[in-house]
Amino acid sequence: MDAATITSWMHRIDLAMREEKDHLVQLDAAIGDGDHGTNMTRGFEAVVQALDADAGSSPGKLLILAGRTLVSTVGGASGPLWGSALRSGGRVLGDQPTFDGGALVNVLAAALASIKDLGTASVGDKTMVDALEPAVDALRERLAAGATTADALEAAAQAADAGMRSTITLQARKGRASYLGERSIGHQDPGATSTALIVRALQRAVTPAS
Amino acid sequence: MAVETTHMRKFLNEPAKVVKESLAGLAAAHPDLLRYDAAAQIIVRRDAPRKGKVALISGGGSGHEPLHGGFVGHGMLDAACPGEVFTSPVPAQMLAATKAVDGGAGVVHIVKNYTGDVLNFKLAAEDAADEGIKVTSVVIDDDVAVQDSLYTAGRRGVGATVLAEKIAGAAAESGADLTRVTDAVKRVNDRARSFGVALSSCVPPASGKAIFDLPEGQVELGIGIHGEPGRKRATLGSASEIVDVMVEAVISDLKPRNGAKVLAFVNGMGGTPLLELYLLYGEIDKKLRAAGVEPVRNLVGSYITSLEMAGSSLTVLELDEELIKLWDAPVHTPALRWGV
Repeated sequence: MDAATITSWMHRIDLAMREEKDHLVQLDAAIGDGDHGTNMTRGFEAVVQALDADAGSSPGKLLILAGRTLVSTVGGASGPLWGSALRSGGRVLGDQPTFDGGALVNVLAAALASIKDLGTASVGDKTMVDALEPAVDALRERLAAGATTADALEAAAQAADAGMRSTITLQARKGRASYLGERSIGHQDPGATSTALIVRALQRAVTPAS
Repeated sequence: MAVETTHMRKFLNEPAKVVKESLAGLAAAHPDLLRYDAAAQIIVRRDAPRKGKVALISGGGSGHEPLHGGFVGHGMLDAACPGEVFTSPVPAQMLAATKAVDGGAGVVHIVKNYTGDVLNFKLAAEDAADEGIKVTSVVIDDDVAVQDSLYTAGRRGVGATVLAEKIAGAAAESGADLTRVTDAVKRVNDRARSFGVALSSCVPPASGKAIFDLPEGQVELGIGIHGEPGRKRATLGSASEIVDVMVEAVISDLKPRNGAKVLAFVNGMGGTPLLELYLLYGEIDKKLRAAGVEPVRNLVGSYITSLEMAGSSLTVLELDEELIKLWDAPVHTPALRWGV
């Protein structure tokens, strides 16, 4: 995997956000304020533009640029959270021109740690962490068990999906949905949903045939 | 919760440009008070930076007008950072505003307690500190409808924000230092509580759809200012019955001392006319006196809104002589003006 993998990942996120924009808006309207789809679309459109204007950088540098772009364009909680996550992930890669599955685990683990630290959220709070943490765990475990990166990423994407669906029955403890108390139960978390899209986009970037 | 597909009726050119075009209009209407820096997307007081004066900035999602841009001017804010509708601004805006207004005495960030606002202001304060600017931040969290517990993001910042901006702005204008101006914001937040009710949803320009669907005869109790539904629904009673709920919620949490002088702020959410707000004020004034406090100051009008939502919030601030003096001090902004 190399810089092209990162660029492809961001392009696929941009595409997924545009396709799912209305769905994310709908999910957010139910327990938030209905802007999640709009914000994520605006952010990743800007990321793709920034990356296309910066050909030739290392994968780590591209992730840092993507993170900086999200912080400066998204607003809301998602901007700082995903922005810090990608910057942390990018710093793990440093200047190396290529990276393997093990390094990818470290990138995603750093991204997760950054989100949990800034957002002070844990699994079960009905947030993006509910999708991301199981994905990182699945990726790490499958690679440790000898799976190919492609297979491990498929497992990660499925784990993110399952984590996303697990938020339906949870009561929100963080973010704007927490204001609803018990009324947040029964709704899928929009942040966990966009997170599952981001993990799926990574899987597709690494295994374009799927 | 069903999302209504109500068609919106709004004055728009392009929905995506509504914030920028509105800010340009604000600047066109009040060139004597403020200017709009379109590149940085900030509203800045015309005479900023004022050498030696502590500067105040605030910001947050748009859709709450006149908050915050309408409170930039003499005796209140030095700059406002408006985000997209209901979306917090980004750190670059707060950094640009902080640099634009710093007169060497430091800058106070007034932050409403929403996860996005808190995170973006935090990143901005770190950037400002890196550039050698003294910044203090106070998070406003006065909404008693949200339980402050491990299980929520904490109380929301609502009506007390307006009062804190006015009172701390007066302190800064009088020459108070960074610590004292910061303390003024904290004191208002400590001694103010709010509770809001909605009679309708609002319609964000980007989606063009109502955020929630409130059946006829129902009222949302404990609403915020972003169209998010409240904690529960109830049957719509008389104004007097609704005021009972609001006053009880605020007073039981604030626990003012008996005979306390208070400021009662009856706020419209954007779609409720003054006719009804004054009716509410009359009920609230009576009920506050019955609860053993004396409303010696008040503010009635739509100052922290949620687009065109019909509804109202009550904020009660327990006063002391210094807070009264700061409240009465001259202010000259697009939305609040007296004593000048």
